Amino acid sequence: MLKVFKARLQQGYQTGKFPPAPPNLPDRFLGRPAIDMAKCRADCELCQQVCPTKAIIPADGDKGKKALSIDMGRCLFCGECAAACPTKAITFDPTDFHLSTFCREGLIDPQKRGEPPQELQELCGLSLVIRQVSAGGCAACELDFNVLNTLAWDLSRFGISVTASPRHADCLLVTGPVTRNMLIGLEKTYSAMPRPKWVIACGACAISGGIYQDSSECLGGVGDIIKPDLYIPGCPPHPATILQGILHLMGKHIPKDADTQSKS
Amino acid sequence: MTDTTLTITNCTAIPLQRVPSLPVNTFRETLLELVNQQQRRVSAFFAMPGADTGQGLELIAVLANDNDHTCDLTRTTIQDEFASLTPECPTFAWFERELAEQYSIAITGHPWLKPIRFQPPMIDGAADPANPPKTIIAGDTDYFTMDGEGTHEVAVGPVHASVIEPGHFRFQCLGEDVYSLEISLGYQHRGVEKMLLGGPDRRTLPMIATVSGDSTIASTTAYAQLCECLAPSLKPSPDALLLRGIAAELERLANHVGDLGALAGDVAYLPTASFCGRLRGEFLNMTAEICGNRFGRNLVRPGGVKFALTPAKAEKIFRWLDQVSKDVDNALNLMFEAATVLDRFENIGPVSKTAALDIGLVGPAARAAGLDCDIRFSHPYACYADTAPARSEASGGDTLARALIRRREITASTKWLKEQLALWKKDNQTTPAATALPALAPDSIAVSLVEAWRGEMCHVAVTDAQGAFRRYKIVDPSFHNWFGLALSMRGEQISHFPICNKSFNLSYCGHDL
Repeated sequence: MLKVFKARLQQGYQTGKFPPAPPNLPDRFLGRPAIDMAKCRADCELCQQVCPTKAIIPADGDKGKKALSIDMGRCLFCGECAAACPTKAITFDPTDFHLSTFCREGLIDPQKRGEPPQELQELCGLSLVIRQVSAGGCAACELDFNVLNTLAWDLSRFGISVTASPRHADCLLVTGPVTRNMLIGLEKTYSAMPRPKWVIACGACAISGGIYQDSSECLGGVGDIIKPDLYIPGCPPHPATILQGILHLMGKHIPKDADTQSKS
Repeated sequence: MTDTTLTITNCTAIPLQRVPSLPVNTFRETLLELVNQQQRRVSAFFAMPGADTGQGLELIAVLANDNDHTCDLTRTTIQDEFASLTPECPTFAWFERELAEQYSIAITGHPWLKPIRFQPPMIDGAADPANPPKTIIAGDTDYFTMDGEGTHEVAVGPVHASVIEPGHFRFQCLGEDVYSLEISLGYQHRGVEKMLLGGPDRRTLPMIATVSGDSTIASTTAYAQLCECLAPSLKPSPDALLLRGIAAELERLANHVGDLGALAGDVAYLPTASFCGRLRGEFLNMTAEICGNRFGRNLVRPGGVKFALTPAKAEKIFRWLDQVSKDVDNALNLMFEAATVLDRFENIGPVSKTAALDIGLVGPAARAAGLDCDIRFSHPYACYADTAPARSEASGGDTLARALIRRREITASTKWLKEQLALWKKDNQTTPAATALPALAPDSIAVSLVEAWRGEMCHVAVTDAQGAFRRYKIVDPSFHNWFGLALSMRGEQISHFPICNKSFNLSYCGHDL
């Protein structure tokens, strides 16, 4: 027993300071992507040619000018587009991990992020019980959601817990592109949850099919089966992105610092 | 080289024509002789359609020779039938189930031929309105059954209790004791091999990275090596090879530390479980320090690596690792000195050395059973021919041995990483790989083996006349090892399943592809 106390002293207090302090992100972290249309030549299409998931799509530009948007719901955050762009018009903000949205369009246009469902905040603002289902996930989204349960992130201090039984769940967190073979398992889990219930799509696969969007064995994400209430983009999303998204869903919005706020 | 096989080294490409194409009977005899009498391991055994339509199917076998640092390749052509090798050599069991499922081959005489991933055939058959293809329902197949007083069946999954991938487990029990466990997978089948056909293209590298998202470095390294031997102009620099090794050992450390923490958690030894949960993340963050992503995405690419490890970063990771490794030792010492933990691990879920050899177990699970198999030493690649962590050994084949081998590999990899990072601080400078991929050699076959943290990972590419992938075969270590987990549970109490399962910690998505 004394050995355990001694070990505890050596290990020290290790829970991160996020939130409210920003998490420690590596300097090479690829956060929110953006295209500066003033720099973009718009006719070279090099970024679209290298994108593995067709995440760079035409958008409405000013006065009929051709414009491009990045769909974060498809983006793998691989950075190939930024490397290919001859005019350096594409950037990934290494400090902006506040990527989650409450509607699919918000992943393309940051102005349309949407608002968290009011009913959830009234009923589950203080505690949220999550059932997770992996439907073709590669384990990365699952692991970086799971890591929130370690003492480094200490999920339970926010009233968030993970449950085995769908009967006890408020919220279904789906990872993976939804394989044909997991469709029944996913639908049964969802239907076993009591109402009201909410759905989180975590990662590019769950949102859009991601790298598996063209596979005949996958169904292109959860959206066509059950409409998500929260979209957490990334491949996989950083734990801080997942946590920030879920907290915002519960009405515990963590404002970005002034610097990143002015950019978005 | 003999007239029945072609012998090559790891990471070699050769024209497919040079691989002897044997009559089916000779092919069968050759495989049985090499595996049963000459200690070859089956690294890959797969089918692909003949080069021209109507030519039937080609079967290709890649057999690893661990003593000689080589691989033996051989092939044959069949129509739609193949007499099973499994009754004489059980290591072929899952490979043959895969052949039957992917290419509708009738495997005659297979003792337990049933779907392996519940996937449709790789070749799109012509639509026949009179005979529509049967709807596939994952898990809907025959299982072993047991009758009699006191017997009962426990079915678990596909959706499990915690945050984990899906799979279905069927236990046949007499009271608390498990007579047999059958594992039925395929829920994570995403059609990876089918989507890789015709590549490489812009999707290939990110898809390879997600075959099993916790083994990204291993998997992308295997792919990069295939491209590099099929296109010799892609020559990675020695420091890029060393950085691949550094990233691979960080991946091994993260997962081994996480696994030991999970094992501690499953026997309710909470201090180590809590400490290791945090410590695993430190290794992921070190990887992110190199490439921006905790799982090593975007780091390894054909021709080298995408990011430079600057001396300043090497210095930072060296100090970080130095601190973290002290905490890891502290957390693990606590666990391995606790009688309550050792008592729960010892003699639980044993897999004998003979059984491990018979079923072709790989990686730490095989080393725990006393087998001497580690691709870093038997088929060196990347930097491992020049420098590698010290070899780790264990014996006994039980849960304790599978925990101890991880512990020893953690020590060895940490020591090696510190040495490499200390050297790096002085002089290494990584040269990032170019982005464009040149054309690959046409009509060739290439084999790439790596030691992922779970064990041997084998990628084989066969190119067509244009140099595009005619077949891309992935054999994840979990493909070899799932049956080992099933074996370890025979005669065990069903309550021991969680720790047996954690002691293997196999990948569902890597198996299901």
